[in-house]
Amino acid sequence: MASLVADNIVEFEPPTTPSRSPRRHRIRLGRGLILLVAAAYFLLPIYAALHFSLQDNNGNFSLQPITAIPSQPGLGSAFFLSMRLAIVTMAITMLLMVPTMIYVHLKLPRFRRVMEVITILPIVIPPIVLILGVLQAAPGWLKASPYLLSLVYVILAMPFVYRSLDAGLGALDVKTLVEASRSLGAGWVATIWRIIVPNLRSALLSATVLTLALVLGEFTMASLDLWSTLPVWIVAFDQTNAHVSTAVAMLSLLATWLLLTLIVTLDRSTSRQQRRKRTS
Amino acid sequence: MTVATHARSVTADPSAEGGAPVVLDNLVRTFGATRALDGFSLDIAPGEFVALLGPSGCGKTTALRVLAGFEQPDSGRVMVRGGDVSAVPAQRRDMGMVFQSYSLFPNMTARDNVAFGLQLRRQRSQARRARAGELLELVGLSDHSMKYPHQLSGGQQQRVALARALAIEPQVLLLDEPLSALDAKVRAELRDQIRALQQRLAITTVFVTHDQEEALSMADRVCVMSNGRAEQVATPSVLYAQPSTAFVAEFVGVSSRLNVARSTRGVNLFGSDAPVRGDVHAIPHGDLDALVRPEDVSATVAGDGLGIVTHRSFLGGTTRLDVGYAGATIKVDVRSSEADAFELGTRVTLGLNARDVLVTGRRPAS
Repeated sequence: MASLVADNIVEFEPPTTPSRSPRRHRIRLGRGLILLVAAAYFLLPIYAALHFSLQDNNGNFSLQPITAIPSQPGLGSAFFLSMRLAIVTMAITMLLMVPTMIYVHLKLPRFRRVMEVITILPIVIPPIVLILGVLQAAPGWLKASPYLLSLVYVILAMPFVYRSLDAGLGALDVKTLVEASRSLGAGWVATIWRIIVPNLRSALLSATVLTLALVLGEFTMASLDLWSTLPVWIVAFDQTNAHVSTAVAMLSLLATWLLLTLIVTLDRSTSRQQRRKRTS
Repeated sequence: MTVATHARSVTADPSAEGGAPVVLDNLVRTFGATRALDGFSLDIAPGEFVALLGPSGCGKTTALRVLAGFEQPDSGRVMVRGGDVSAVPAQRRDMGMVFQSYSLFPNMTARDNVAFGLQLRRQRSQARRARAGELLELVGLSDHSMKYPHQLSGGQQQRVALARALAIEPQVLLLDEPLSALDAKVRAELRDQIRALQQRLAITTVFVTHDQEEALSMADRVCVMSNGRAEQVATPSVLYAQPSTAFVAEFVGVSSRLNVARSTRGVNLFGSDAPVRGDVHAIPHGDLDALVRPEDVSATVAGDGLGIVTHRSFLGGTTRLDVGYAGATIKVDVRSSEADAFELGTRVTLGLNARDVLVTGRRPAS
């Protein structure tokens, strides 16, 4: 029987398509090449900056530019000004955008398209145009305050904040949650603060960190408004000691990356929760 | 999955004993060109369980939302315990609501969800935890009190939502199709639980559903709605046996429609005079249709009968026949033990088993 079966076995050979396998190989190779070029495009300047920031004035490897950072004149005040502006910007952005977005999701869902277009405008309009216009229109007392920059940064941050919050609210059944909360006796403030905001944690964090990154990296407006924020200080100090100013820029970049990693980690944990919710 | 048998302190407020009377008075609510409520009125007795039943778009959910305070009527009044609450915002109406979609707060455990309303009423932490525990026990979920909504099944989430709505000792309990997202088995279990709880707490309850089986099995009275109005408000048995309009007869249960002619006593149905339900003088002029239930029609095998069996459906104790008769299809229930006599193509004579028949104006041919 075994031999009979063996005799009747026709060896199966998968149909060969001679052109397919090398073609796939070529595609894979092409993709790899594109990735490599893209990576080089992004990483080479960073590598060059890092390399430069770890050199002394003679071009030898040295940690001196980094160890010298804390003692640089004006860096501390520039950093704290940037942080103050970031905090004020984040506070105004959240106070303005969170209730607005909740209201739009609840009462004006058709207005979301218009909102999307409006929030893209800060990307379309060059910052230099925006700040020149603001400096022309702003009253004197406001022009004298660095917090004018915070008001402008709120507009600059809008595209990122809008998209983060829109995605977060889209993942919630906001209408039902609000109505459930109200039927139990909660007013609007309690509903937003105790029900909506805790469930938007990831979206809020994402919006906050993006705003922070934006404020810590914005140069044009701060420079034209004559305030020495961190990016303005980095550019100005570059004339005095390019190695130290590059080291500060690298540290600033590292801090931003760490924050972005934090967002991704939190987002992953949220998606895992949502997956569990879907499967349960 | 059973409701706890002891009520303990889970009773309505003594001052609210027997539940609150509710009056919806001539409510009108329009959305653009659509008139969702068109002079809708309903009186609900204290502690009564009323179901709003109707097809999609009939206005039943709008009526509930107006009662809850989530929609403002264009005109009309909402009265609770004799007071006009039309202008009172939702958060001050003291109405517990269970929603169609799962509405538990995702950031809170089951216990915290139930305790949320009590916290807003400034109850002390220990007291509200104890009460939340009692209510979760009442809905059979005390073992799940520390779970988050995503860790609970759909049926469990709706039971927590019910406990949360009851925790605030509401004047009125509002249920907006709370069972529609659940599978059949869980739905049947939860249906019994809700009814048992409602009866024990004697809380005035308004239940919105498009499922007539749910409405008829749970409610003290059913309000059938159509085009923003109440077509008929009656007990389930009256609604089924004595529908006052053709819409109710056709929406609730199964009815067959047959062209009939006037006769001396009423109308000529299946070759005999049949009395007409209600006021004879109220019969509309012109051509008439009769509406008959399958159990109100009898079929007898007869070689010269005018009806022909065209289809049979086995329903357990009964078998439903489709009988082609005078250009219409009449549904007839026969006992399954006798159904073998009614093969497809068998000629039958039909008769009326009921005392009277509902007559309506003829529906225009589509």
